[in-house]
Amino acid sequence: MNFVVRHPVEIAWRTLEHVQLVTIALAVACAIALPVGIFIARNRRLGDVVLGGLNILYTIPSLALLALLVPLFGIGTTTALIALVAYALMILVRNVVAGIRGVPFALVDAARGLGMSTRQTLWRVEIPQALPVMLGGVRLATITLIALATLASWVNAGGLGTLVLYGLQHDDPSRALAGSAIAAALAIAADLALRRLENLVRT
Amino acid sequence: MSDGATGAAVRLRDVAVRYPEADRDAVGGVDLDVPAGAFVVLLGPSGCGKSTLLRTINRLVLPYRGAIEVGGSDVTESDPETLRRGIGYVIQAVGLFPHLSVAKNIAVVPQLLRWPADAIAARVDELLELVRLDPARYRERLPRELSGGEQQRVGVARALAARPRVLLMDEPFGAVDAIVRTSLQDETLRIHRVLGTTILFVTHDVDEALRLADRIVVMKEGRIEQDGTPLRVLAKPATPYVEALLDAKDAVRRLSLLHARDALRPANGADTAGAPLGAQAYRVEAGATLRTVLSELLEHADAVDVVEDGRRIGTLSFADVRAALLASER
Repeated sequence: MNFVVRHPVEIAWRTLEHVQLVTIALAVACAIALPVGIFIARNRRLGDVVLGGLNILYTIPSLALLALLVPLFGIGTTTALIALVAYALMILVRNVVAGIRGVPFALVDAARGLGMSTRQTLWRVEIPQALPVMLGGVRLATITLIALATLASWVNAGGLGTLVLYGLQHDDPSRALAGSAIAAALAIAADLALRRLENLVRT
Repeated sequence: MSDGATGAAVRLRDVAVRYPEADRDAVGGVDLDVPAGAFVVLLGPSGCGKSTLLRTINRLVLPYRGAIEVGGSDVTESDPETLRRGIGYVIQAVGLFPHLSVAKNIAVVPQLLRWPADAIAARVDELLELVRLDPARYRERLPRELSGGEQQRVGVARALAARPRVLLMDEPFGAVDAIVRTSLQDETLRIHRVLGTTILFVTHDVDEALRLADRIVVMKEGRIEQDGTPLRVLAKPATPYVEALLDAKDAVRRLSLLHARDALRPANGADTAGAPLGAQAYRVEAGATLRTVLSELLEHADAVDVVEDGRRIGTLSFADVRAALLASER
């Protein structure tokens, strides 16, 4: 607590950096995952291949992935963002596919039979029906990214991890603790907020 | 109703369908002529190709051979969406969109057709009344707040929204209980009478087919086994398969298709015809089926009076019922 009271500006700055990392990564991942997920949901074979590839990506330990990316993209925010996007993609694509594939055939049949085009069926029936599952993916991805983004400091990309890393290296446990506690609080807040949103679209 | 829309004829020529990786045709070269305003039931066990055949008409299934005309124009002339917006479609699973209110479900096709909002709102209320659901009570409800029977009423209303000239119904009442099914069948017959829409109706339920159809098309393994009026199909089954499927030897079942009006012995003499009713005789309505008459005869008397609008118009005896049954076989 002492550290927070004594360094409000640094805390605020690191928190902002952290939120920024997570938000950008999440936005990029969503923009990729929605079209990719929709496309591969319609093609079972391709879907299994893409999901399999993303699964392998997901099993790479996060620090190892960062280490692999550094020679390619150097030290900095770009590398951190690429790693975060990769992890988020796995969760998001899987949920988009599950959501779209989970729409009952009767609804798609009815939509087509009433004269909706493929695009109209997608936007008016399939996506609204898949929305709760897709938002579940967004929630999971957000929490995961908030935790993972603490590792961004290893590649000098800032965020709350900077407090943790610096605190551990300079025997300043209150600094490390502050970083961890705020990251945890962010994750819990995001979880609650997104749960409420999920319930909202479900009814 | 201010519809005035009448049905369109449907014509199928040598229509054949094969699904990918199947080793035989799901529909194997079917010819079918459905006159405008007819109520035709496609009857057969599951897997006989009846649903597939139905779905070729709105191009949800594409035949690899043959031609299909609706209202005189080939279905491949217009794009599939335009075609489908002009053809009503009701399925067993109902398929109401769970996230949309009853009104919005019914409004789907008019909205696709870009009707003005006030015309859509008026049409929704009109349709809810047609399927006997109080607009004020049901308009804003969600599908999951309705019973199975109410959901299918909405399904029928949705299919009729843009005044289609043809209505395709694919086992629409298969998932509701017997009492609700009977009332939905009655509603369908009434709507058919009022609107004059051509209806193609798929079922595996023989009693449902006999109740609804003016023509029954019996299918087996992708082909038409027999095509005729219910009475004809029952009285003269074309093949042993049709006979077994319809249990055609059952005389009582056949009696349920004949009516007192058509079998009665007219009241003779000016003094008795149209005379006020006596209190003692047993009587049946002219529109009653001979099945009902038979049960009256068995229970009460050797002959019953047939009445219409409160006047006696004739009598029916065991012999008359039997004569009508025999006549139906010719």
